[in-house]
Amino acid sequence: MLKINNMTMRFGGVVAVNELSMEIEKGQIVGLIGPNGAGKTTVFNVVTGVYKPTDGEVLYGEKLEKISHLPPDQIAKLGICRTFQNIRLFKELSVFDNVFIGSHLRLKSGLFSSVFRIPTYTKEEKVMIEKAEYLLHKVGLYEEREEKAFSLPYGMQRRLEIARALATSPKLLLLDEPAAGMNPQETQDLMEFIHNIKDEFDLTIFLIEHHMEVVMGICENIFVLDHGNLIAQGNPQEIQSDERVIEAYLGVE
Amino acid sequence: MKKNGLWLKIGILVVALIGLFVINLYLDSYKVKVINLCAIYVILGLSMNLINGFTGLFSLGHAGFMAIGAYTVAILTMPLEAKTMNYYMKPMVPFLLNLNLPFIFALLIGGLMAALFGFLIGAPVLKLTDDYLAIATLGFSEIIRIVFINLQSITNGSLGLKAIPQMTNEFIAGKLGLASRTNLLWAWGIAILTIIFMQFLMKGSYGKAFKAIREDEIAARSMGINLFKHKVMSFTIGSFLAGIGGGLLAVHLGTIDPALFKFALTFNILLIVVLGGMGNIYGTVISAIVITVAMEALRFLDGSMNFGFFTTPALPGLRMVVFSLALMVVVIFKRDGFIKETLEKVRGRYAKNQ
Ligand SMILES: Nc1ncnc2c1ncn2[C@@H]1O[C@H](COP(=O)(O)OP(=O)(O)O)[C@@H](O)[C@H]1O
Ligand SMILES: [Mg+2]
Repeated sequence: MLKINNMTMRFGGVVAVNELSMEIEKGQIVGLIGPNGAGKTTVFNVVTGVYKPTDGEVLYGEKLEKISHLPPDQIAKLGICRTFQNIRLFKELSVFDNVFIGSHLRLKSGLFSSVFRIPTYTKEEKVMIEKAEYLLHKVGLYEEREEKAFSLPYGMQRRLEIARALATSPKLLLLDEPAAGMNPQETQDLMEFIHNIKDEFDLTIFLIEHHMEVVMGICENIFVLDHGNLIAQGNPQEIQSDERVIEAYLGVE
Repeated sequence: MKKNGLWLKIGILVVALIGLFVINLYLDSYKVKVINLCAIYVILGLSMNLINGFTGLFSLGHAGFMAIGAYTVAILTMPLEAKTMNYYMKPMVPFLLNLNLPFIFALLIGGLMAALFGFLIGAPVLKLTDDYLAIATLGFSEIIRIVFINLQSITNGSLGLKAIPQMTNEFIAGKLGLASRTNLLWAWGIAILTIIFMQFLMKGSYGKAFKAIREDEIAARSMGINLFKHKVMSFTIGSFLAGIGGGLLAVHLGTIDPALFKFALTFNILLIVVLGGMGNIYGTVISAIVITVAMEALRFLDGSMNFGFFTTPALPGLRMVVFSLALMVVVIFKRDGFIKETLEKVRGRYAKNQ
């Protein structure tokens, strides 16, 4: 599904990610962990095309084709969508519009069809509206649909970001610290929710998380980064007993 | 969802149009001219709001696009006699001399020419960040003016064009004997079409995508929105409408010259957009009307004033000082002001792309 080959991302003198190679299989829930500044978000930014890797490549899809030269919007069209560690909603727009815009990339009608409301457009729009409403019900934000995105409490904003990402009809969903700032109950709900959407939308999920119980609880495979280097990979048991991981990360926490 | 609200608004617009028709019959010609100018500024305000307010681009080239529309309309509608009278310094190129089109076609071509230039300017620049757009459009608008001054055999250079024909409609003029007043119906008719167009544009998926780009480019891109394509669409449509506004202005004034299309003109429209609220259709309509009327009402500020015991000398430009101050007050006190948004955008760009 996703393969990263020898990828290095350098910012001036800082090597944020160093020669990273990893692979994600279709249908997996994969975790990416590591201390702050380890390079996790940078991996997401490279996969989604926000940054071009300094070296190496990213391959994606059934045939594992190269995507690391593509701009973010094309990568999104291929079915990779994400949420952001520092929430990036369309703040001044309504909760509904945030999700509605998520499916704009699949729209076939042109601009003038939308202005003159040609039936081919209105038909597509109707599907987009229904989808947005369905997703809002799904993340429990339907009641808040008319409110502006920035007015929502933090936890709801995180859920709205996931709904917006789902509206793009992704195959691979990247979640950057989805449980950040959540209490244990919310975290528990989120884990169930992630399982649930994975099954319903046939997703592969790649997530960054600091809450160990989330990572250990739902990820089949875990990658550990430290100072840009991949120091371990394996299932939760293997990771928990890995010397280097304990030293670099778990032990410190 | 908001369907009824939309149709209600359109209903109000239609009633307003009929009201204008009636007003047209009873008001004196100066007032009719001011009302006419209101319509033109409504169109111009909306076109700039589409680019700057809804899509969050920072364009300062409106006067340039207006000049293209204005000159196109003037050249295409002026009859042969008017042209030979105007072009006495340097004769007009023969091809254009004999070209004569009905007003509505000339106006459409004016809009399309402005759109073409909008596309040609926008396409290379919109790949870069917004700061470049502000510089490039400002430069473009100034270059157009210089080019028009020098293309004497087409534009008549700095002498300008006089006696641009009015927008008469045989039917209305004949029926009501209002030959000189059909301008108003054209201008407001087009203004109302523009308002409706903007309503439907912003209601649809593309309009919402424009707003998403304004809100957060990185997020919009990550949701699969092609920033470049959408910015070019918004910018080209905005330029088209600016060309239409310019064409109407040419006819409204009856006289144009390159000096008319200086940055001050863009600034007036910016003022309307800022006062009306960035990304607010009805706010723009109201502020266009208020500012146009106020600009007229405050004309006395430019002349000498008599306070009984002393008389101030004429201070041309005082009117603009008052308006610039109004702009500053709005920007400082209105929370969703333009400057604030621009600053946030700039800050957002340099923040980490988490
Ligand atoms: N746009 C950027 N410019 C410069 N340095 C960056 C940029 N993005 C990330 N970095 C640096 O790369 C390193 C890894 O950052 P990041 O991927 O955000 O870490 P994590 O998400 O694991 O906390 C940090 O040292 C950070 O300062
Ligand atoms: Mg991070």
